[in-house]
Amino acid sequence: MSPDAAANTGWEPVMGLEVHCELNTETKLFCGCRNAFGDEPNTNVCPTCLGLPGSLPVLNVRAVEYAMRIGLALNCEVRPSIFHRKNYFYPDMPKDYQVSQYDAPINVNGWLELPDSSRVRIERAHMEEDTGKTSHIGGGGRIHDADHLLVDYNRAGVPLVEIVSAPDIRSSTQARLYASELRGILVATGASDGRMEEGSMRVDANVSVRRAGTVELGTRCEIKNLNSLRSLGRAIEYEIERQIGLLEAGDKVVQQTRHWNEDQGTTVALRSKEEAFDYRYFPEPDLVPVAPDARWQSEVAASIGPMPAERRAKLAALWGPEPLSHARAEQIATVVEHGLDGLVTAAAAAGVQSALALARASNEASARPEEARGLDVSAFVTLVRMEQDGKLSATQAKTVLTDMLDHAGDPAEIARRHGFEALDTGSLETVVAEVVGAHPDEWQRYVAGEDKLGGFFTKHVMQVSNNRADGKAVAAELRRLRG
Amino acid sequence: MSGLTRDDAAYVARLARIDLTDDELDLYAVQLAAVIGHAAEIAALDTDGVEPTAHPLPLRNVTRPDVVRPSLDRAEVLAQAPAVEDGRFRVPRILGEAL
Amino acid sequence: MTGPPGSATSAAPGARPSPALDIARQVRAGSISAVEVVDRYLAAIDALDGELHAFVTVLHDAARHEGEVIDRRVAAGEDPGPLAGVPVALKDNMCTRGIPTTCSSRILDGWCPPYDATVVQRLRAAGAIVIGKTNLDEFAMGSSTENSAFGPTRNPHDPTRVPGGSSGGSAAAVAAGLAPLALGSDTGGSIRQPAALCGVVGMKPTYGTVSRYGLVAFASSLDQIGPFTTTVTESAVLFDVIGGQDLMDSTCLERPVPRTVAALADGVEGLRVGVVSELVNDVDAEVGARVDQAAEALAAAGAHVEACSIPELRHGLPAYYIVAPAEASSNLSRYDGVRYGLRVEADTAEAMNAATRAAGFGPEVKRRIMLGTYALSAGYYDAYYGQAQKVRTLIIDALALAYQRFDVLLGATTPTTAFAIGAKVDDPWSMYLSDVCTVPSNLAGHPAITVPFGADDSGLPVGVQVLAPALGEPVMFQVAAVLEGRAPVLAPPRVHA
Repeated sequence: MSPDAAANTGWEPVMGLEVHCELNTETKLFCGCRNAFGDEPNTNVCPTCLGLPGSLPVLNVRAVEYAMRIGLALNCEVRPSIFHRKNYFYPDMPKDYQVSQYDAPINVNGWLELPDSSRVRIERAHMEEDTGKTSHIGGGGRIHDADHLLVDYNRAGVPLVEIVSAPDIRSSTQARLYASELRGILVATGASDGRMEEGSMRVDANVSVRRAGTVELGTRCEIKNLNSLRSLGRAIEYEIERQIGLLEAGDKVVQQTRHWNEDQGTTVALRSKEEAFDYRYFPEPDLVPVAPDARWQSEVAASIGPMPAERRAKLAALWGPEPLSHARAEQIATVVEHGLDGLVTAAAAAGVQSALALARASNEASARPEEARGLDVSAFVTLVRMEQDGKLSATQAKTVLTDMLDHAGDPAEIARRHGFEALDTGSLETVVAEVVGAHPDEWQRYVAGEDKLGGFFTKHVMQVSNNRADGKAVAAELRRLRG
Repeated sequence: MSGLTRDDAAYVARLARIDLTDDELDLYAVQLAAVIGHAAEIAALDTDGVEPTAHPLPLRNVTRPDVVRPSLDRAEVLAQAPAVEDGRFRVPRILGEAL
Repeated sequence: MTGPPGSATSAAPGARPSPALDIARQVRAGSISAVEVVDRYLAAIDALDGELHAFVTVLHDAARHEGEVIDRRVAAGEDPGPLAGVPVALKDNMCTRGIPTTCSSRILDGWCPPYDATVVQRLRAAGAIVIGKTNLDEFAMGSSTENSAFGPTRNPHDPTRVPGGSSGGSAAAVAAGLAPLALGSDTGGSIRQPAALCGVVGMKPTYGTVSRYGLVAFASSLDQIGPFTTTVTESAVLFDVIGGQDLMDSTCLERPVPRTVAALADGVEGLRVGVVSELVNDVDAEVGARVDQAAEALAAAGAHVEACSIPELRHGLPAYYIVAPAEASSNLSRYDGVRYGLRVEADTAEAMNAATRAAGFGPEVKRRIMLGTYALSAGYYDAYYGQAQKVRTLIIDALALAYQRFDVLLGATTPTTAFAIGAKVDDPWSMYLSDVCTVPSNLAGHPAITVPFGADDSGLPVGVQVLAPALGEPVMFQVAAVLEGRAPVLAPPRVHA
């Protein structure tokens, strides 16, 4: 069901997202074991994160700082907080309780403003420890057919921040926008690298529906196993449709956890009967309260740097108060998402044409974001200036930039090596005249009004000139010749 | 307080993940009720406005720096494990995840 | 009642024989070898522990080896430390790397920790030698050591009777001369009560002064490790060795532990002592008589002694029997057969967990897990656990008020002398009553010490308890030293090295 179709049926989807993000600390939340992905199983473990008898937790100060960064970036209030034990049995839980935060979390009452100007309230963003990883063996690796499990505790104890939104989300589009914007914020704070596919950012969706115009919340289901924004959107749409189907048939929605099956495009109930689980929360006696004072909070706030929304606005301001075209807004969003806005602002500050800088940043540079983030900023500015000054054609500039991404280096050097040099005006006119002369029939048709033959001539001019001609200059010359 | 039934005791035993026989359930139901009965004397106390004591001494903000420390040798860890496969702890399948 | 011969005149520390300090002095001076000392104690253990069963594991080879190392260091002119060559017995709920640590439970039978508890590291750094692991009530839950999965320990004064618990093995070992020093843990009285029943000195420090890293947790907000010794001085020395900040324990104080040995000779002139009626009224007559005698002794030594009442202390036992099992029920969840210890195989993980725990835990442990799980479960949290934590505040506040009038408080350590093995196993609450005088200090996080003070008519030891405010170890030891100097003679135990 498409995002708007639900609205047409008289049902309103009401959703909240719970996002768990792994923090970028060197070590785990409560011990000095390495916080690393992909190491040999059970090599980053110690008495504490294995929950061995007699072990005790000691809180990682950087995890607290990162949790605060996230909370402050989401406009939360940072409060004195304590840890609680959440008691339940599962093989990936070394202590068979998880140390988390319950009714006194570190961050509360924030919000996230989305690019479409809608606002989603953030109820809380709290700290907790991650579990180990289980692999299901036998039965084709599917959970419910497994013969046995293998457990790796490298991930047990890794610091997480769980961000819980209010049920303010009304469509799958908005949900994707929320997840995307949140990811941008997490990356911008430096607290997390926000990779859904790798599991450093895990999104669960709470989905319910209600009759449009009513206020009471319907029964919700929690959807898990969403490994991409696309899965998030698809799963939500499926679930909304499923719930509407049930309710319209006179059935009830059962509150349960459902697992998204990517291959089949469905959600499936995993847990058996006992849904309302008694976690017997009580304050963690092995840890003491965390109360960041005002000074620490200001230090952290000052260290965060601008969030994506602010950075997009800063780029948009390069074009003054006029409203952005959709295309330009997309380019700006792309550049900020990949952390390349610094390139554009530097170029603008150096007096280079913003639109050109933006184009190069959002096309070539954003195609290789990791390398682009390592680009020398002044080299980028030089390159764009070369194109702007006509020393390189657009095509040549793209080639040089790609080369710079691959091998770094000075743009002028690279251009020389490729034998690039844009055609000067006189040479350009000569080449165009040559090509026009070589294709008299096509020229007649072009003169008569077949504009699309402009492309034909431009293609030949590029071939003859070895791409040294600038496409726009060629088009202008053709038009001039035509009169 | 009134006694615990065998079902009450069975629910608690399930939460605590301990297999108990019916006889044990009955015995614990009685014994628990007796202890709870004694302990319930405090339920009647007036504690309005009294803060709970989670820690006898007022410590705050005890943290450690984000610096790597040596982990355990995996062989020493796995040597104590009841069942190991591929460097990981082997466990039977989980019933609760069946459809 | 006259005091023991020769003791009325002087309560100076060091005046009475202190086995541990004597050994350390001689080993450091090179006048005896640590290996000789170890051999002597191993011989005593081999001769007597068959009857007493104080030990779960005896480290014959490892202890001799450690002795050799100490001797070599002394020969090389090094000073191994204040406990050089002194054998120490450790309650078997303290992790010792590569050495079985069972908590006297089937579920950890044969488990060898891959790390040492902090206190073990500190003992070794002071030159002490770990001679063995002692028997306890399973997972420290009990007051008689009858809940051990490996059979009870017997009281050296009368082997038909219990040594107390849960640290019964450590208490019996020191009482019988099988080790000059031992460590135990005290959650509701588990050091003090067995020390009193066995006629030795036992002390629970201020919560947070001794690291819990490596102590297998029973009730995290109450547990503390403490010493069993023959004398008060040795208790203070051992406390100084094991105490102090530990970066591996978030609940361990950053402030330095008050140095206690210096205060021992100060006497009690002018000190204000409150004899707490709630810690005397409901105890056996013979125990109460010894407390009265102790009060008189302190008065004779120059203290101002007065009776007082702290009614809130009566709520200690019910609050304790909510808080402790609640925390324990969570602390013991990790014993699930997955990573270490006993596993009973089954088709599913859930069934494996449940069968393992059924087979691995004894009845008292199961009872307390059930109790704790119930107290924390939905709908009951506020009435039980929540309320109990508030009662702790009431007790702390009441004690704070008392400590405005008094420097220390005095009372019985436990209501009875050693009872017969099997006498209280059928009625849990009657066993729990053994803790009534000791739990308030755990709930408040305050220090307390028991000093042997004579015996009952059957010759069974009686201990009297000195309580002090948080970080009040210096004044507590001060008073204890005076009591020790004026205590009636206690006959040596029937079973003794």
